[in-house]
Amino acid sequence: MKNIDSYTHVRGESLFVDDMILRQDALFGLVFDSPKAHGKILSVDYSNAEAVEGVIKIFTYRDIVGENQIGGIIPDEPLWAEDEVHFCGQPIAFIVAESDAIAKKARVLIEIEIEELQVITTAKEAKEKGSFINAPRSFNLGDSQKSFASCDYVFEGEIFSNGQEHLYLETQGCYVEPKENGNIKITSSTQGPTQVQKTAAKVLGIPMHKIEVDVIRLGGGFGGKEDQATPWAVMAAVAVQHLNRPVKFMLNRHDDLRMTGKRHPYESTFKIGLTKDLKIKAFEVEFLQNSGAAADLSPAIAERTLFHATNSYFVPNVKTTVYSCKTNLPPNTAFRGFGGPQGMFVIESAIAKAADELNIDKKEIQEANLLEENDEFSYGQIATEVQAKKSWFDAKEKFELEKLEKDIVDFNTDNQLFKKGISLMPIAFGISFTNTPMNHARALIHIYQDGSVGVSTGAVEMGQSVNTKMLQIASEVLGISSEKVKLESTNTTRVANTSPSAASSTADLNGKAVEMACNSLLERLIKVASNITASKDKSITFKDDCVFTGDKKSNITWNEVIAEAMLQRIALTENAHYATPIIHFDKSKEKGHPFAYHVYGTAITTVTVDCLRGVYEVDAVKIVHDFGKSMNIGIDIGQVEGALAQGIGWMTLEEIAYNKDGRLLSNALSTYKIPDVFSAAKIVEVLPLETDGHELAIKKSKAVGEPPLMYGIGSYFAIQNAVKAFNKNYKPTYHSPFTPEKVLMGLYEK
Amino acid sequence: MIQFILNNQIIRTSVNSGITLLDFIREHQKLKGTKIGCREGDCGACTILVGELNDIEVTYKSFTSCISPLGNANGKHIVTVEGINLSAELNTVQKAMTDNFATQCGFCTPGFVVSMTGYSLDDNKLNLNSCNDAISGNICRCTGYKSIEKAGFEIEKKLESKDQNHQIEWLIKEGFIPDYFKTIPDRLKDLVMSPRAESRGQKETIVANGTDLYVRYADKLSEEKVHLISDDKILKGISFNNNSCTIGANTTVTELLENEKLLTIFPKLPSFLKLVSSEQIRNMGTLGGNFVNASPIGDMSIFFLALNSTLTIQRENGTERNIPFQEFHKDYKKYDLQKGELLKNISFRVLDASEKFNFEKVSKRTHLDIASVNSAGLISLKNGVISEAHFSLGGVAAIPKYLFKTNKFLKGELIVSETIHLAEKVMQSEISPISDVRGTSDYKRLLARQLFFAHFMTLFPNDVELNKMIAL
Repeated sequence: MKNIDSYTHVRGESLFVDDMILRQDALFGLVFDSPKAHGKILSVDYSNAEAVEGVIKIFTYRDIVGENQIGGIIPDEPLWAEDEVHFCGQPIAFIVAESDAIAKKARVLIEIEIEELQVITTAKEAKEKGSFINAPRSFNLGDSQKSFASCDYVFEGEIFSNGQEHLYLETQGCYVEPKENGNIKITSSTQGPTQVQKTAAKVLGIPMHKIEVDVIRLGGGFGGKEDQATPWAVMAAVAVQHLNRPVKFMLNRHDDLRMTGKRHPYESTFKIGLTKDLKIKAFEVEFLQNSGAAADLSPAIAERTLFHATNSYFVPNVKTTVYSCKTNLPPNTAFRGFGGPQGMFVIESAIAKAADELNIDKKEIQEANLLEENDEFSYGQIATEVQAKKSWFDAKEKFELEKLEKDIVDFNTDNQLFKKGISLMPIAFGISFTNTPMNHARALIHIYQDGSVGVSTGAVEMGQSVNTKMLQIASEVLGISSEKVKLESTNTTRVANTSPSAASSTADLNGKAVEMACNSLLERLIKVASNITASKDKSITFKDDCVFTGDKKSNITWNEVIAEAMLQRIALTENAHYATPIIHFDKSKEKGHPFAYHVYGTAITTVTVDCLRGVYEVDAVKIVHDFGKSMNIGIDIGQVEGALAQGIGWMTLEEIAYNKDGRLLSNALSTYKIPDVFSAAKIVEVLPLETDGHELAIKKSKAVGEPPLMYGIGSYFAIQNAVKAFNKNYKPTYHSPFTPEKVLMGLYEK
Repeated sequence: MIQFILNNQIIRTSVNSGITLLDFIREHQKLKGTKIGCREGDCGACTILVGELNDIEVTYKSFTSCISPLGNANGKHIVTVEGINLSAELNTVQKAMTDNFATQCGFCTPGFVVSMTGYSLDDNKLNLNSCNDAISGNICRCTGYKSIEKAGFEIEKKLESKDQNHQIEWLIKEGFIPDYFKTIPDRLKDLVMSPRAESRGQKETIVANGTDLYVRYADKLSEEKVHLISDDKILKGISFNNNSCTIGANTTVTELLENEKLLTIFPKLPSFLKLVSSEQIRNMGTLGGNFVNASPIGDMSIFFLALNSTLTIQRENGTERNIPFQEFHKDYKKYDLQKGELLKNISFRVLDASEKFNFEKVSKRTHLDIASVNSAGLISLKNGVISEAHFSLGGVAAIPKYLFKTNKFLKGELIVSETIHLAEKVMQSEISPISDVRGTSDYKRLLARQLFFAHFMTLFPNDVELNKMIAL
């Protein structure tokens, strides 16, 4: 089944926040933000800006009725700065005017005096100065310190992975309308409607029930709208509270790039110990996460880095520590993979370094250490239904690795100015919010008296096609055609207290709730149908919009049963609540069973480097991926391909740059490049691993949003191998992204 | 008053001609299928088609509407995604997209659909473009492009059987575009155009197609009077006369690419020019614009510097003066153009068989990116000796750099690795790259060396060796 929105998408008829036709009295908002990364605000003069014709009001923290606080995990972030600023782009005031253009004119007239304080831009610097978001955390398994003594080889190194801009094509934005009695309706491009509602209520000083948040769809989120869609909606809501007029606020691209956080850059140091048979016996890492100026989701992201620090390998002695370092950058935030990719890049680099020192192929170490059934992760979960080796050997066999490798050796022998490189990248990614209490969802289903069905869930549609999957579940469980089912917008008045659409878990959590609600409805409808047909309940099923008794199609239609149910005053609405069973985690011990299951897979990446010019192409990425029993393979492969492109972009092309004053240099699409059609891998082949799926995955169809992003890590090492093939003096470093600049410098390193 | 056809509707408007076409479409016409992604021509979400009447036919090109002044729509057929929708069925491009799961969040999708429809409408006689080229200016963050590429292949395959002589009829019959397209040529002819004001006010900003000015000043220009020159005939056209080629300042990169004679002179022109920006921007960006933008890494400046070109500048009183292009750029963003003067054209001597030309560009992303370093080179040989050398380098100085010293050094020399090795030292002595977001100065020096050598390795593969050029 295709994405149910695809018809309106291709016709330009799908509505996004920016496309809503506004009330005639609507106003427009714009943020005035800090021009300095750190300092004391001495004075702000708004008088010239306020005097611009068409400026209605400029809001500051003084206009807040409730609390000036938007921090989700830790309350450390004001909506608008009061007397200090902590990053360039930090919101200070909110200009509301009759048009966007007027607001822009006013903004440049605001005069601010700031006494500058010391600026920290790197995690290392923050650690040296003791600037942290919270206390560090450590996971321990076995005794790594002791084990190093009995290792045959021990290697250490430093690793850097840069941040990544989400670059959702639709920028952040919202449209907020006043309703009667001080009620407010917020239409927001957010992954977390409840977060918007809760935070708005707190800042406005009103109860949550006075705020309705509606989400139509997102023009991309990727984690960037999990927590960071909130401030914009709240600002507009504050203005609406005061002005009693609608306010629209879409960030322009430059403001969005400057003011919002990104994937966290990490600086890490590792120590890896191996025995002669290439088993990794001990592994230690210290991760320095560049969290930015406030907590945002950093503590949770740091935690997931620890969860994935050993990727899909079993290491008996592990000690990993992460510091969330407070710097003067915009608070960094969720981005597909949520700290997992940063963790995996470190162990992959550590293995690469060990292989390099031992003068062997990296894959020999990888292969010797793949997870097996009943192995223990460093956080105490016992690995079950493990697919690490199966996907690895499947990939080697089905994609004829030996032949690929031989072709590359031959090519490199025959060509002086072009070199090819290859690498393997296995993944194991845990599915569930690592914060156990967030693993729940609800669905509200109405069967209307004409037989049509409306489905509401807490899932936000942002291109991952979760609504299509919800529709598939409803239609399949109820035995009715997909045309009978409609997916409603995500709205806090229909489905409340939701977790954000994140952690790859949206379809599992909300889908299970849909399934439960449909089953409850079905139970009642079977009774009605059995009365009509005079058959036993047990033999009744619904299929193809009809009642079946046994295998036999009856002439009684779904619509007739619904009409009869109405007459019998049967409830045709159902609300179901699902909470993932089994999972738990004890933070005081840092042990537990945080994940419902893991997703596995292996990618083989080949690249060609132009050794004259230092540019490269990804020739092919061939993947064996563990989808479980995919409920929609077309959509799921789309998720793999899209995540892969983002992963390759993060590893090769996308380069966030701040100067030492904390000012973003990659501040436009002309200076921050994401993959285009030509930089995508020339060939992407995805083979589903044959498995039975997992009971905790909806319809045994495993979560697919985040895991494939980490296949992109393979491109770093493939390029590195090609550079090595050209220049024997090249000294490998592990500092991503591997841009053409680093490639050329590596090719000609002396 | 500006008059044009927007999709199937005639528009007559007195809205300021300096506002962007994007804002006119979305805000004034409430057509919301054209999306706002970046407002600097770098994402393609706002792609539209601009149809221009040439005698009896209308030719369509894709533009990014975010940096197009409304005034340039005058007399044209402007097509948005709404204008290619059939009444209920999906059109052929749309169907290929949905069949291949090529839309996820849907925000970039209308832009892709419009670009691909532009590809379908292209007569493509020279067979220069693939469907991927047509979407080179469209960015998608969800799909990873493979599904979009598959949709493109399907479209390419369908178009193989296109009836080139009756292409609009064929496209309508095959469900690519709605029926009303066949009425457009006549309706465009019928638009009674009011004459454009010829003289320009002293304060008016001169705008061709806006690819540079509207990135920086769209807000300002949308409220001002702009002087639009894109329809000015004397600034257009590519002509050949006595071994000399003259190209109007308003010529777009695409027009260079589609000129058959230039393609004969520069057989590799498509591969050179496809490194320049994207399809949409090549359809809009002009030579003159690139020269007066005066970026030290302007691709067209670098290209024409190496052709030893001459600029013709029209004074306010209509008289003209000529200057060597090498002398045009004076300092960072400073150039030899007085108030009231206009770049008219650029001319160069057509290469003969003894002359060889090459263009190189390296940027972080190969396409739709600004170069870290770019370079062009022209070598004339007489009896195996370099009689003339014209090399240029971008991204290594305050201006697009014509390598005077290097070129002088090479004159009279043989093409052997030893000489090129020495020439490279001279080249390094006359450049001064700085570290910025496009790379460190060390990188740019290394890259400049590599691209300098790349010219020789491309043009004279049997005469030079990389290792020797580097390591002597």
